Amino acid sequence: MRLILRSVSVIGLALTLIPSVLVLLNAISWNLHADLMTAGMLVWFATAPGWIRSSRR
Amino acid sequence: MNSTRSVIERLDALYEFDREPVAGTKLQGSGNFIGIYSGEHIAGTEYVIGPLFVAHGVTAADFFLGLLVGNLLAVLSWAFVTSPISVRTRLTLYWQLRGVAGPYLTVGYCIVNALMFCFLAGSMISVSATAVGLPFEMTMPGLNDMLPNSVGWVVVVLFVGSVVTALAILGFEKISQFSKLASPWMILVFIAGGLAVLPGLGIGSFADFWRVANEKIWTGVPFPGQTKFTFWHVMFFAWFCNLAMHIGMSDMSLLRYARKWYYGFSSAFGMFLGHFIAWTASSILCAAAAGNVAPGPIAYLGAGLAGAVSVVVAGWTTANPTLYRAGLALQVATPDWKRWKVTLGAGIVTTVAAVFPALMMKLLDFVALYGLILMPMGAIIFADFWLLPKLGMKSAFAELAALRLSWPALIAWALTLTVCFALPYEIFFKALPGWFIAVGLFVALSYAQQRRQRVVVGRGNL
Repeated sequence: MRLILRSVSVIGLALTLIPSVLVLLNAISWNLHADLMTAGMLVWFATAPGWIRSSRR
Repeated sequence: MNSTRSVIERLDALYEFDREPVAGTKLQGSGNFIGIYSGEHIAGTEYVIGPLFVAHGVTAADFFLGLLVGNLLAVLSWAFVTSPISVRTRLTLYWQLRGVAGPYLTVGYCIVNALMFCFLAGSMISVSATAVGLPFEMTMPGLNDMLPNSVGWVVVVLFVGSVVTALAILGFEKISQFSKLASPWMILVFIAGGLAVLPGLGIGSFADFWRVANEKIWTGVPFPGQTKFTFWHVMFFAWFCNLAMHIGMSDMSLLRYARKWYYGFSSAFGMFLGHFIAWTASSILCAAAAGNVAPGPIAYLGAGLAGAVSVVVAGWTTANPTLYRAGLALQVATPDWKRWKVTLGAGIVTTVAAVFPALMMKLLDFVALYGLILMPMGAIIFADFWLLPKLGMKSAFAELAALRLSWPALIAWALTLTVCFALPYEIFFKALPGWFIAVGLFVALSYAQQRRQRVVVGRGNL
């Protein structure tokens, strides 16, 4: 379970960073980049508390 | 009524090891410190500092070299000045100071310290408010605004301040968890925001960066009415923007939980992943926003909704430990109050201060002043812990001799600040000579005090 949560969290971080590189390379629009960053944020905050808390234990 | 009492009892139970050395079972691993330093130094205020460097006409070379050297010096200060004393004493700055300076001076220092922390946290709340106000089309404060410019601004600041205070009351563990959760995401938002606006500045590839950096971002030309900054300004600001925390020793409150002294190097995550990248990104965002310095709008420009949320979150993660420290500081001054009550009081002062945007727009000067005022006491603790025993004198002499006030500490603090304010330098350059003045004065005056005390004791024995 923890591995799944971690993997999904990493996808959230990837959605936060990678779209901006694609904007820089003129591969996607700024609006799509902003939407993907919002999705990345939601994924991160939905999943990270689970494994960060469990790793403390 | 019962539920109110129950909440109070639960809050009272949050009392931590504020007044005693940290117990061995409470020591924490390096991950916690990396989380705290990363969260604390990837803050909402970073969205202000980058633009202020741009406004002061820093060149690209001065900006990057200054940050590199200044951040390195800051990390070394945490690792070799703050951390070794923290893990040997396991006390907060305040209880250490009580032994060195005596309870009266400690109380005075704590009140000054707590007020400074409140104002610092207030600037972070102001920054968060610029993002929270975005959906309400709130009028943003400008570079020259000193007073609140709308009712909406006041309402938003009061709301943000209430939430920050509530989180600070919950204590160190909660703050650590929150910082740890938010910091990896926040630094990526800074990077992504900066990257996404580069095409608008004319950068299509990484090869274009240096040319555009010099022509459009760090142009070397100050905004009208702003002074010109050089490499030295950037270096000293990067080193001393956390002066109160490293050389001023207030991070003893955090590092006393460290298992090993070298956890002080974990501050590098805050300095290089935090300050270096965040100030670079926010400078780029300011240039892309044609010189706008309001954090919420420029973060939204780069990263959309995620950018605006990052400003709020970044403000909270920094304001929380700052308020926590203020609570610790004031607790010494009010020994019968529980920490949560003291933190609540500090939160109210902080929120009221945050209503004034001057705190945010004059951040560079305020940060330098705040470090300068608190620094001499860190120098005194350093001299007391390391130098006095080597010179044949007693450490923590006020405690040993049951003195209520250490006059060497009082005179060293007051005289150092007097000399520093009189020095004909800009405020960023006063602290370095000030540290040597404070150490020299304290050692010399302690020698006089302890020699006199021995004479008095000797006569008494006769």
